[in-house]
Amino acid sequence: MTATSLTSTQGAGRAGDKVFSGAALAAGCLILAVLFGVALFLVVQAIPALTAPADEIQGGAGFFTYIGPIVVGTLIAAVIALVIATPIAIGVALFISHFAPRGLAAGLGYVVDLLAAIPSVVYGAWGAAFLAKEISPIYNWLADNMGWLPIFQGPASATGKTILTAGIVLSVMVLPIITSLSREIFLQTPKLHEEAALALGATRWEMIRMSVLPFARPGIISAIMLGLGRALGETMAVALVLSSGALTASLIQSGNQTIAAEIALNFPEASGLKVSTLIAAGLVLFVITLAVNMLARWIISRHKEFSGAN
Amino acid sequence: MTSTLTPVRSKRSALTKGQLPKYAPLVVLAAALIVGAAILALVGFNAFGWGIVSAVLFAVGLVSWSAAVEGSRRAKDKLATCLVVGSFLVALLPLVSVIWTVLVNGVPGLLAPGFLTSSMNGVTGVYDNRAVEDGAPVLGGIYHALLGTIQITLLATIISVPVGLLTAIYLVEYGNDGRLARAITFFVDVMTGIPSIVAGLFAAAFFFAVVGPGTKTGAVAAVALSVLMIPVVVRSSEEMLKIVPNELREAAYALGVRKWRTILKVVIPTAISGIASGVTLAIARVIGETAPILVTAGFATSINSNVFGGWMASLPTFIYTQILNPTSPANPDPSSQRAWGAALVLIILVMVLNLAARLIARVFAPKAGR
Repeated sequence: MTATSLTSTQGAGRAGDKVFSGAALAAGCLILAVLFGVALFLVVQAIPALTAPADEIQGGAGFFTYIGPIVVGTLIAAVIALVIATPIAIGVALFISHFAPRGLAAGLGYVVDLLAAIPSVVYGAWGAAFLAKEISPIYNWLADNMGWLPIFQGPASATGKTILTAGIVLSVMVLPIITSLSREIFLQTPKLHEEAALALGATRWEMIRMSVLPFARPGIISAIMLGLGRALGETMAVALVLSSGALTASLIQSGNQTIAAEIALNFPEASGLKVSTLIAAGLVLFVITLAVNMLARWIISRHKEFSGAN
Repeated sequence: MTSTLTPVRSKRSALTKGQLPKYAPLVVLAAALIVGAAILALVGFNAFGWGIVSAVLFAVGLVSWSAAVEGSRRAKDKLATCLVVGSFLVALLPLVSVIWTVLVNGVPGLLAPGFLTSSMNGVTGVYDNRAVEDGAPVLGGIYHALLGTIQITLLATIISVPVGLLTAIYLVEYGNDGRLARAITFFVDVMTGIPSIVAGLFAAAFFFAVVGPGTKTGAVAAVALSVLMIPVVVRSSEEMLKIVPNELREAAYALGVRKWRTILKVVIPTAISGIASGVTLAIARVIGETAPILVTAGFATSINSNVFGGWMASLPTFIYTQILNPTSPANPDPSSQRAWGAALVLIILVMVLNLAARLIARVFAPKAGR
């Protein structure tokens, strides 16, 4: 290095700075553009379905009559998944953060993360080939003994390929998401709060109820909502497990359908207006999951500001 | 029970009085296992039911014993412990079950001759019927799907890594936590929640509008996977760049090094292990995606090595179509054997990638001392 290169104000270095910061900025903007583009292209391709005469849409009664039942089906499957997964996920997160021996905790966390690593199509295959078969005796029992409840109305599906089975498979898939997020939050609980509770003679459970859970509540809520986002958009588990049909109240009969599975099952062979209809269905799914995710992220970011941990 | 307890309690010191002895859980566990086996023997024995019944009996027994001896607060604590440990065990059930099912069903498929080296080209239902009826070997394999998966994932990685890494650099080095940087962070987080099928539909809709209706190639699938992969790369790279000590940057600036050279020669080499492991995890995440490939690349039965033209097979869509539309509808067994074989290969791929990510993070960990 000579003195000239130290004092020079132009040359490759300066241009490099501009090019590099410009490229970084462009990449950041590209991401915003992609998200905007997702919405834009879905809308553009969906317009034919939204404006087409009612009798040309599948079902012959217009787009909203077509999409209504599968939106409800999507919500049913997601709610089943959350009802099953939430308590278990919080228990698992507490186990890893506060109950398991210190040396084991990291390894156990990795084991739960393995659940997230298994591809969704494998879950679907497992649900269709193993779970549905094993669980159908339970459905028969439910139909016989709890049949007076509309959700368990018989006759139960003989194959076990019902919305409840799909919901159970979905719950396995959202479990690692809720677990890992709640675990992070539980570990952030200020140590002083926990120790203060223990010093006052609280048992471990009382300590968790008094210091960990109140601190973690917003985090748990947003973790559940992120799980909801995943459950709403998950395709393969439902497409392979559920033998779909019209909207039914009973969870143990075949029937119901979700948006994502409807698209996956029909898109490969679709053409013309059917493609637009399915893309419009995808747009509806996109809007729902976007709203859920934005709400969850907003809760997290609001939580960050007053969390004592930072 | 109380008759055996009284002498034990009287011997204890005042400090441990009113507590269950240390061996209490073991005693209750043994009792629960025996009673559980007895109950199950009446109904018809099976190991799964035995586990469940024993676990419930164990919880009930331990909690009620604790309530009798230690009082309600400790009993509640014991109940919470039982529930928390129980939920962990319940969470392990599907993991074990999935891996077991895939291993048991997948090994015969994987060991079939030519499974990894042949495609499904020309394999029709006739051969599958023959395999079932005459015991001929199951023909057909996953070579075309493996090739497709590798090509699509590679192309998606080539698109995602530069964009994701540059965005992370912008956020950490140039963003200054300004309005744009915060917007990008927020939307990257939102993007991680986009359903995979919507990402697929976006890529399909984009190419339908730009290239022409019905465009389905490997490249479209790669774009769809990039939409899923970019946010993962951004998040992990951002975390890694953030933990590079500021002293390193300042030392470089003090030597008169330009910012871009500092980033390229100092910041990124320091963080490279974390970035590489994050990228590997992102690849592991998208390699198993089915839905976006299904709507963007279709499914092929023969080898197609051109990502820019023609329908392309991939491992996940291969599994999906073999299960849903067996090659021979009358005899679906050979198809499901192939599907499970492919599922085993896919799981092995994902696990190897996950392990590789951990190894990369450990082996190439920054050498800079703190």
